Amino acid sequence: MIVTTTKGEMDDSLLEKREGSDETDNETISFIEYWLNGEMVHRSVHVTLKRNVFSEGITQMIG
Amino acid sequence: MANTQAMCTSFKVDLLNAVHAFNGTGVPAHTASTADTFKAALYLASATVNASTTAYSATNEVSGTGYTAGGVTVTFGTAPSSTSTTAFLTPSASITFSNVTLATAFDAVLIYNSTQSNKAVSVHTFGSQTVTAGTFTLTMPTNDSSTGLIRLA
Repeated sequence: MIVTTTKGEMDDSLLEKREGSDETDNETISFIEYWLNGEMVHRSVHVTLKRNVFSEGITQMIG
Repeated sequence: MANTQAMCTSFKVDLLNAVHAFNGTGVPAHTASTADTFKAALYLASATVNASTTAYSATNEVSGTGYTAGGVTVTFGTAPSSTSTTAFLTPSASITFSNVTLATAFDAVLIYNSTQSNKAVSVHTFGSQTVTAGTFTLTMPTNDSSTGLIRLA
């Protein structure tokens, strides 16, 4: 597979692939990194939002 | 039967559709079936975007290869809706920044109305990230009254 890197397009067989993920109450994050000779040359991130913006409408009693 | 104090659910949906104008000052001219354009801009972890933010600003917005100031267009393909007493709205597609390098950590996205003077809509935060010659994708939650991105209850 061809990967876009800071060095240009490269075949992933030439690169070290690192993946990770993290999950909180707010979101799930996953990332893919490609490294070349100890240098990170690609990092993509995917965030899935879980927590929304919530506003509560309030009406006040009259009198 | 008894009367119950409440904010009408239809009003909440109407708010999301800009139906009501309580004051003529600054009211935009909307025409039927014409939606505004909304955009998403990323902000550095050192920025201060929050409930007090009133409009898009380039101050402390991310910058880097492949990123255009102002961000990308957000697709709202599904009209605001309601379930029970909660109105809700969620972008119908992921927000994607392709082929970018964002070397300084960022942790927030501002959704704003680029048609109406870049007025702010909402701020959403996430764990601080950088991107290197890659793609940053924000996938939306399920569009319902429990998890919709913007909810009025």
